[in-house]
Amino acid sequence: MELFELTIEAAHRLLKAKEISSVELTRAVLDRINTLEGKVDAFITISGKTAIEQAKAADQKIAGGDCEPLTGIPLAVKDVICTRGVRTTCASKILENFIPPYSATVIQKLRREGAVILGKTNMDEFAMGSSNENSGFKNTRNPWDLSCVPGGSSGGSAAAVAADMCLGALGSDTGGSIRQPASYCSAVGMKPTYGRVSRFGLVAFASSLDQIGPLTKNVSDCAIMLNTICGYDSADSTSVPEDVPDYTTALQKGLKGVRVGIPREYAASEGMDPEVSKAINNAVQIFEDMGVEKINISLPHTEYAVAAYYVIAPSEASSNLARYDGVKYGMRAKDQNDMIKMYRSTRSNGFGPEVQRRIIIGTYCLSAGYYDAYYSKASQVRTLIIEDFHKAFETCDLILCPTAPTPAFKIGEKVDDPLTMYLTDIFTLSANLAGIPGMSIPCGFSKKGHPIGLQLMAKHFNETMLLKAAYNFEQATDFHKKKPNI
Amino acid sequence: MKITQKEVLYVAHLARLDLDEESIEKFAGQIDEILGYIEKLNQVDTRNIKPTSHAIFLTNAFREDKEREHIRRELALANAPEKEDGSFIVPKVVG
Repeated sequence: MELFELTIEAAHRLLKAKEISSVELTRAVLDRINTLEGKVDAFITISGKTAIEQAKAADQKIAGGDCEPLTGIPLAVKDVICTRGVRTTCASKILENFIPPYSATVIQKLRREGAVILGKTNMDEFAMGSSNENSGFKNTRNPWDLSCVPGGSSGGSAAAVAADMCLGALGSDTGGSIRQPASYCSAVGMKPTYGRVSRFGLVAFASSLDQIGPLTKNVSDCAIMLNTICGYDSADSTSVPEDVPDYTTALQKGLKGVRVGIPREYAASEGMDPEVSKAINNAVQIFEDMGVEKINISLPHTEYAVAAYYVIAPSEASSNLARYDGVKYGMRAKDQNDMIKMYRSTRSNGFGPEVQRRIIIGTYCLSAGYYDAYYSKASQVRTLIIEDFHKAFETCDLILCPTAPTPAFKIGEKVDDPLTMYLTDIFTLSANLAGIPGMSIPCGFSKKGHPIGLQLMAKHFNETMLLKAAYNFEQATDFHKKKPNI
Repeated sequence: MKITQKEVLYVAHLARLDLDEESIEKFAGQIDEILGYIEKLNQVDTRNIKPTSHAIFLTNAFREDKEREHIRRELALANAPEKEDGSFIVPKVVG
């Protein structure tokens, strides 16, 4: 086995036993990135030199007998999370040269433990998109089929994990941006409960929906990363002061008596690929064979989730992105001697089309005369969607459904049709509206060899239940062991 | 028609965006289609339903008001497109 193929868990064992050094491991992964980056284009910035320095420091820490679970482990970070001294662009021209003066809380936590940051991964601009085609810089390609998208918006992180260009990665999820690319690339991805992980230093897209989470090669690694990144942070006023359990204790066999809810509305959803249905039905059977009780549930407002989301998210985005004005940081349009003209020229040259489209939709929905019809209405429907979940969780412990209605699609296929692109998030965005945790794990492949993902959702702060179910499923299957032929 | 080209132009002005002819036409069509889809929400009876702006119950996050360390001025200015003498430079605002 090559070093870059290691999981976090396996690499930790070898580092702790001093059978390998973090420098060796980091070099092996950087070489791997070097070999594949031309094909996959997963990274916006590769910080190789800093990574080696961090690896050397980690080796010293280990030599001193202090080897924590992420010490010396090379990870990738989505380029929407601020890293002090390392360019953070959000895949936008408007932040092309932005060097954050501080690190996000999650980065501080990773670094405190001695994790190695390899670089910053590609994404849809400001996390707005489902394919990485909205990046202001490049298209990331799916390692399983280079003519396909990796999903989005954390597509670079998912592709990097799938192609062994890192041992694990951080992404962010506003409507499915961790889970959908994890599904397209056969990675494990989790969006924790809203408020579980500090958003301090995560560049804001839609503040009531955004959440940082891990993308990993297996479920154990997901639990390990969660242990480090979760927890209350006084720097994020929406962070929740709930105790964080040791998530690795969830990695135990046995699911007897667990009740899994299958939402009727999801199976009936339009645009559902028959190969995805088949893989999901097969997964349900595997769970039943493990003693899980299958419960039919209903989430009656499911069909309104996309509409509510595409009012709420752009509304919040239009407000959050007002800060990009060419004054304090980021790009400024040249030769403008009038303030308003400078703003307008900066913003229309700095933002790509999807970001401008969403700013316009959001501004429209919040404008006088339309606020009640759009924003208030969508926020009321959001209440009903949350109530659906509350009711469902009275009869089940978990909800199971596909992560996405289809496997990865071709690059360019949906680029001129934003509405069709939005519908690829149909199964994931309800979890963001409700703030509940959701997770995608590999559950099969299409005939063409494209990965299919299974989504699990649980009650607020019940990540442990997700991990337990996912771990048992992973133990019973081999999907996560398959590697792309690249 | 949910939204006309004229309205797109007006909203773009509110959001401080300059759109060229081609984008106005393209955006108006696409945004009209998206708003048409959003109309779906009108099928839902929301009488007496409270709106949700936050999915998790939150109380105000207060902290003691005391002096803390802050980012140094040079660091805060480091990303400025234009700066001088410890200040951000902007086009003249008052005539």
